[in-house]
Amino acid sequence: MADLRINLAGIKSPNPFWLASAPPTNSGYQVQRAFEAGWGGAVWKTLGDPILNTSSRFAAISFNGQRVAGFNNIELITDRPLDVNLKEIYETKKKFPNHAIVASLMVEPKQEKWHEIVKRVEDVGVDGLELNFGCPHGMAERGMGSASGQVPALVEKQTLWVKEVAKTPVIVKLTPNITDITATAEAACNGGADAISMINTINSLMGVDLDTWNTIPHVAGKGAHGGYCGPAVKPIALNMVAECARHSQINVPISGIGGISNWRDAVEFMLMGATGVQICTAAMHHGFRIVEDMIEGLNHYLDGKGIAAVSDIIGKSVPKYSDWGNLDLNYNIVAKINTDVCINCNKCYIACEDTSHQCIEMLSDASGKNYLRVWEEDCVGCNLCAIVCPVDGAIEMIEVPNEMPPMTWNERQAVINAVITSKVDTTK
Amino acid sequence: MAIQRISLTNLEKNFQEVEPGLTNQEAIDEANRCLYCYDAPCIKACPTGINIPAFIKKIASGNLLGSAKTIMSANPVGASCARVCPTEELCEGACVLNHSTKPIMIGNLQRYATDWAIHNNQTLFEKGESNGKKIAIIGAGPAGLSAARELARLGYKVTVFEAANKAGGLNTYGIVSFRLPQRISFWEVEQVEKLNVTIRTNTMVGRDITVEELMEGFDRIVLAAGMGHVPELGISGEELDGVYDAIEFVKATKDGKLSNEFVGKRVIVIGAGNTAIDGATCSIRLGAENVKILYRRTVDEMTAYDFEYEFAKQDGVEFRWLTAPQRILGSENGKVTGIECIKMKLGEPEADGRRSPLAVVGSEHVIPVDAVVKAIGQTRHLSLIERFGLEHDGGVVKVDPFTLETSNPNIFACGDVIFGKGQGEAMVVTAAQQGKDVAYAIHKQFTTVGNT
Repeated sequence: MADLRINLAGIKSPNPFWLASAPPTNSGYQVQRAFEAGWGGAVWKTLGDPILNTSSRFAAISFNGQRVAGFNNIELITDRPLDVNLKEIYETKKKFPNHAIVASLMVEPKQEKWHEIVKRVEDVGVDGLELNFGCPHGMAERGMGSASGQVPALVEKQTLWVKEVAKTPVIVKLTPNITDITATAEAACNGGADAISMINTINSLMGVDLDTWNTIPHVAGKGAHGGYCGPAVKPIALNMVAECARHSQINVPISGIGGISNWRDAVEFMLMGATGVQICTAAMHHGFRIVEDMIEGLNHYLDGKGIAAVSDIIGKSVPKYSDWGNLDLNYNIVAKINTDVCINCNKCYIACEDTSHQCIEMLSDASGKNYLRVWEEDCVGCNLCAIVCPVDGAIEMIEVPNEMPPMTWNERQAVINAVITSKVDTTK
Repeated sequence: MAIQRISLTNLEKNFQEVEPGLTNQEAIDEANRCLYCYDAPCIKACPTGINIPAFIKKIASGNLLGSAKTIMSANPVGASCARVCPTEELCEGACVLNHSTKPIMIGNLQRYATDWAIHNNQTLFEKGESNGKKIAIIGAGPAGLSAARELARLGYKVTVFEAANKAGGLNTYGIVSFRLPQRISFWEVEQVEKLNVTIRTNTMVGRDITVEELMEGFDRIVLAAGMGHVPELGISGEELDGVYDAIEFVKATKDGKLSNEFVGKRVIVIGAGNTAIDGATCSIRLGAENVKILYRRTVDEMTAYDFEYEFAKQDGVEFRWLTAPQRILGSENGKVTGIECIKMKLGEPEADGRRSPLAVVGSEHVIPVDAVVKAIGQTRHLSLIERFGLEHDGGVVKVDPFTLETSNPNIFACGDVIFGKGQGEAMVVTAAQQGKDVAYAIHKQFTTVGNT
């Protein structure tokens, strides 16, 4: 069994699977159930001045019958009094001393407000703090959450205020509702953040009812944008984690959040630089019990690879993530259709013919059996055929040897520029 | 097994549709499983060429009206075919997922979409602008209705002459209710009637209207009269009380008024085609205590579909292979009491490739029975065909394989009247396609320059 323990900026947990600050971590009862199920940590649902919530709060997207491909909420931070939450945090920590409890915090952008709440939550024994600069709905209209998180100066200043009094590690949770997340991540670092977490939810409107023309969800016939999460946002989150991980000025641990549904997703986030992960939608969809497979699957993966500790995989794929200008233009792949495996649905054919490079042909052999053939000289290696193919192993993208040495766009431009600047000499 | 499936006190229950329709959730899940193949083999495997991936995609998107239109535009009896087509030999057999997971339930999805249209009282098509041409169609079965529907959409004034009390032919009278309830067939008839097609039921050509009247009163005639009754066995005792024609026997169960005279009785069905299976399973569902199918050949030569054979076995029908009837025995008051049979063995292959059965001398034996159902094929409407003066081969009307034009260029034929002697297929779906083909061939005659 591999060592699954993580240490995120000093916050230790028995495994990398934490529940994100969200409805699942609303109460001591829930967090204790989660720890019993095996979750390594929990970020308590955001504490602050108790709010009022609407009825009708969640909505989800189904895609071709797959439920909860994406999820959206308009629920705000905790609606329970601070002292009740603090009492339950204290009790939970006492029962589960080895599990990580992080308090998510959101107050008005005032120094004394931050000082006050930090002291109060640290008094009950939390392992760390997470500053909620990401919540995109409701709280943002009052100048908190993502309203703060979209302004790098505010992120830096508030982080600084927290760090003035905090004794435990401070994680800054970032909003994806910004053009370049590395700007706010850097601001958090400048403010002294011990770690950053991302992504919070993405501004979203889940749908419109075709019969009533109401928004989905609606509150008495009116809707407001919510925060989008769940499996559909994973690629967006993964990119933001990776962009921060490879950024030279962002040198704090990252807690990865966004559409993580199983151990495989968790491994991807950790390979891309996350020290641990936070999960919400998958638990909301299936309950806390899903963590059992996450832990076991991760263990088997690491054992199968001969990796002793999960911390050994952190950031291993980061050097492989770069800018487009650094990609080798002389690397070529082409589609190869394995006619033995192919079931002749012709999805690849029509996808290529209508929307890509017209390099698959439908043919029949002497016995009248249909088969598909790739014109490799026309294939640009776009992967579309392999993407739409419903049968594993029917289409492989294979590398075509190229006599040309690797050449990136940046290298090419450098050569061209060198030729231009030396033109005077060469034409002599 | 039979006892669990069959009620002896509530016969109506036995004739309820056996297969439940898909629920909304099942239909959407299954529709989403369809790959939406390009140039899909299921379309090519459908004799009417229904755009199956398109109608399934429309179920998934919630466009059920569009789905039903896609089905019914290609197949005017598509609601019936959803239930009676041998799908594993056609569309579902061709589904590419046979090579990967399991085929899409195309028949059930087709039923789901057409059931929606029936339940929601949809009218799917409109008649074409009148072109003044009049067409007579003889027979309101699948082929005749299909021709009528397409001709009406093309602007022809169509009159259908139907000998029976109700239109629909085989779908109304010939397919057992627990596979195809009459209301489905009636809806399809209604869809055709809504296109201003006149269907004159209880009107037999040659009896209620003459061939000459048709020839004079209409621009073209479509012969879609199907087939007749079950022929004589040619053995003694056929006139006894308790001997039934399988077609009539099934027909009597279709209007919902079921006789309880078979409860506890022993029934013999002679023949091993799909009609024989229907006769046997209807007997079981009418409460018969024991039902045996006699066939002079073996299971390998049986013409019933495999799924029908399996269904009959599950109903508790017994099969007596290599057994031929010699004579039907009766009581003094003329009621069937038994059937004398003889064992057979298979000899050399005949012209059709099937091995001929030969009697085993001395193997005669008597099976005591209360009823005998004959299902050894169907007669041809020979006199009708000859009154039209059409060339035929033993009652199978000769047609041009592409236009379905008969020896008389004003008369076309489709459906069972052209099935047999190596020509065509006996499926409802084939008849539907032939009806369409006839309609297009007639239209082509009128629209090709030089023709009037």
